[in-house]
Amino acid sequence: MVEFRYRTDEVTEQPSVTLDAFLDQSNATAVRLEPDDDARALIPFLDRLTLIEVAFPKYRDGRGYSAARILREAGYQGELRAQGDVLVDQIAFMRRCGFDSFAPESSLNPDAVARALAHYDHAYQGAADAVVPIWKLRHG
Amino acid sequence: MYTYDTYDQAMVDARVAEFRDQITRRIAGEMTEDQFKPLRLMNGLYLQLHAYMLRVAIPYGTLDSRQMRMLAHIARTYDRDYGHFTTRQNIQYNWIKLEDCADILEELATVEMHAIQTSGNCIRNISSDQYAGAAADEVTDPRPWAELLRQWSTFHPEFSYLPRKFKIAVIASPEDRAAMRLHDIGLELIRQDGALGARVFVGGGMGRTPMIAPEINPFVKADDLLSYLEACLRVYNRYGRRDNIYKARIKILIHEIGADAYRRQVATEFAHVKTLGIDPPLAELERIAAFFAPPAYDAANVEPDRTDPDFAVWLDQNVKPHKQAGYAIVNISLKPIGGIPGDATSAQIDVMADLAEKYSFDELRVTHAQNIVLPYVAKRDLYAVWHALRDAALADANLDLISDIIACPGLDYCSLANARSIPVAQKIATRFADMDRQRDLGELKLKISGCINACGHHHAGHIGILGVDKKGVENYQLTFGGSGAEDVSIGKIIGPGFDEDGVVDAVEKATEVYKALREGDERFLDTYRRVGLEPFKEAIYG
Ligand code: HEM
Ligand code: SF4
Repeated sequence: MVEFRYRTDEVTEQPSVTLDAFLDQSNATAVRLEPDDDARALIPFLDRLTLIEVAFPKYRDGRGYSAARILREAGYQGELRAQGDVLVDQIAFMRRCGFDSFAPESSLNPDAVARALAHYDHAYQGAADAVVPIWKLRHG
Repeated sequence: MYTYDTYDQAMVDARVAEFRDQITRRIAGEMTEDQFKPLRLMNGLYLQLHAYMLRVAIPYGTLDSRQMRMLAHIARTYDRDYGHFTTRQNIQYNWIKLEDCADILEELATVEMHAIQTSGNCIRNISSDQYAGAAADEVTDPRPWAELLRQWSTFHPEFSYLPRKFKIAVIASPEDRAAMRLHDIGLELIRQDGALGARVFVGGGMGRTPMIAPEINPFVKADDLLSYLEACLRVYNRYGRRDNIYKARIKILIHEIGADAYRRQVATEFAHVKTLGIDPPLAELERIAAFFAPPAYDAANVEPDRTDPDFAVWLDQNVKPHKQAGYAIVNISLKPIGGIPGDATSAQIDVMADLAEKYSFDELRVTHAQNIVLPYVAKRDLYAVWHALRDAALADANLDLISDIIACPGLDYCSLANARSIPVAQKIATRFADMDRQRDLGELKLKISGCINACGHHHAGHIGILGVDKKGVENYQLTFGGSGAEDVSIGKIIGPGFDEDGVVDAVEKATEVYKALREGDERFLDTYRRVGLEPFKEAIYG
């Protein structure tokens, strides 16, 4: 279930299909990526996708962070959802990598999430979000 | 030295607040230990055999007297009055209470220090040459580059849940004092057509499968470096093995797919990443470099008076040439005969801080061999420095000799250990206590690990000792021929293992073979490489 969503458009109702099913033929608009799927396979189709769900079967498996950035770097504008073993202290990093909705397997305390997202005013490095890296702030 | 601006300070302050919040949630039961573990690890907090261990970052091993005194204060206030300097140029405290942790981090933040990413499957503290800025043979000071990398890697959102930990070293001299090619990424700064850039080595490491990093790129320009590293790490994050913790380091990925395939994948990724505009302008490197400008040297060049023979011995062994005439690099040995390698008491840490303030332009370095360096001492002050060190039991003249041993914490502290390391180090140092004998043996790097994880760098020891478990009994294997320097190599196991006293005897026999066979000014390592294992084996097992 989507617990946190940082977009204003309508939630896609269509259930997401696997990458293989999507590439086979489908005209689906929602896809689910497993950790070992290659996110770049979706690049030709980003225009018609409204939801990409990235699975985190274990929070320690960080492949989904790269998948998210790759999709955003390729210009994907739709909803990018982290689903699975998603915990409070990963959400800030996930936001920076371009995720904008979260469906954690076990429910998270919204206050803790809000605090986690508010801890840092700045970031050292550029990523997939709009944060201006510190080096750029320093050099105007 | 680098000084934080308001952005840097805000980052560490926010980290303290965040960790305080995490500890509170853990104590309140809102997080399981399994969920808390990666968070505390990213703050350098380990659970050891007897207590929590806190690892504090000393970025590229550089610190000032104020920071050094803070390390003493923490040892005195929150630990048992000592700290342990590590092979990764950090300091560890072995007896920390969870509830004190946030306070400790808060105190550290007041002197621009932290424990960020000193553990966990992320980019760890960047290591470098302890003689940076002072070495006669350097192309440039590597520390501004290391600081640039520190900032880039701090809270990197994409690379905080890598398959495994990730260690980067930066050097800028042909002589490698940082075991650069035994890191996940080793950078050697070089000049090409007048421009500075980095030779990039990827996929080195120790642990159970030691590997020497192959060169992946002969020259990456300064203003492409972060994009290039980002590409190196993205390929690893996506394709590094996650099915088996023992095969998760980048060295295994590169070994399995081959350096050429890895190089091609990185090149493709780099071509893309370079378009994202994530490289800071060269002005940022220059801004950082300005903090590392040479100190205000005195032009006087006064050679020290060598009449005191003990002082002369220390001068010859522990003091190294400096790029500035009239100055010298002082190595402070944390390897007293019979002591614990790398340990220093709060009082000793304070003494070293005082000496740095008075005689070394306020700077100290931590070395990967677990010693301390005063990088900028005027030659005319050397005698006074030596006296003060001697009064604090810090004047052992054994740098790079057989008693200058690297040893991991081993079974005395570590929950992964098979065998104790510290008592073996103590016995070997005691056996060779006679300084004339040690000096006669010359440079001999002996390194001890209490298990195959190789925290004590035994693979890189001219003589390495590895603790193993043999049917419930501590047993030690000997390896010969390793090196972490520019002549990098991995040591080879010489034969069946020994018990604690047996391994000390075997080391002694090996030194006798060396003495009998050495030619000219060959080191132990050179003789071994020339004559091979047989004569040593014969003497030890024969
Ligand atoms: C006492 C708690 C410690 C634990 C639980 C621990 C654990 C480990 C483990 C599991 C590895 C192997 C990683 C791998 O091969 O992927 C390792 C490697 C290493 N550790 Fe530790 N360690 C500890 C203390 C230390 C200390 C005190 C030092 C420094 C003196 C240190 C320095 C290193 C180094 C240099 C390596 C080798 C890095 C490489 O494989 O490239 N560790 N450690
Ligand atoms: S080498 Fe083994 S025993 Fe020594 S500190 Fe590392 S994990 Fe512990």
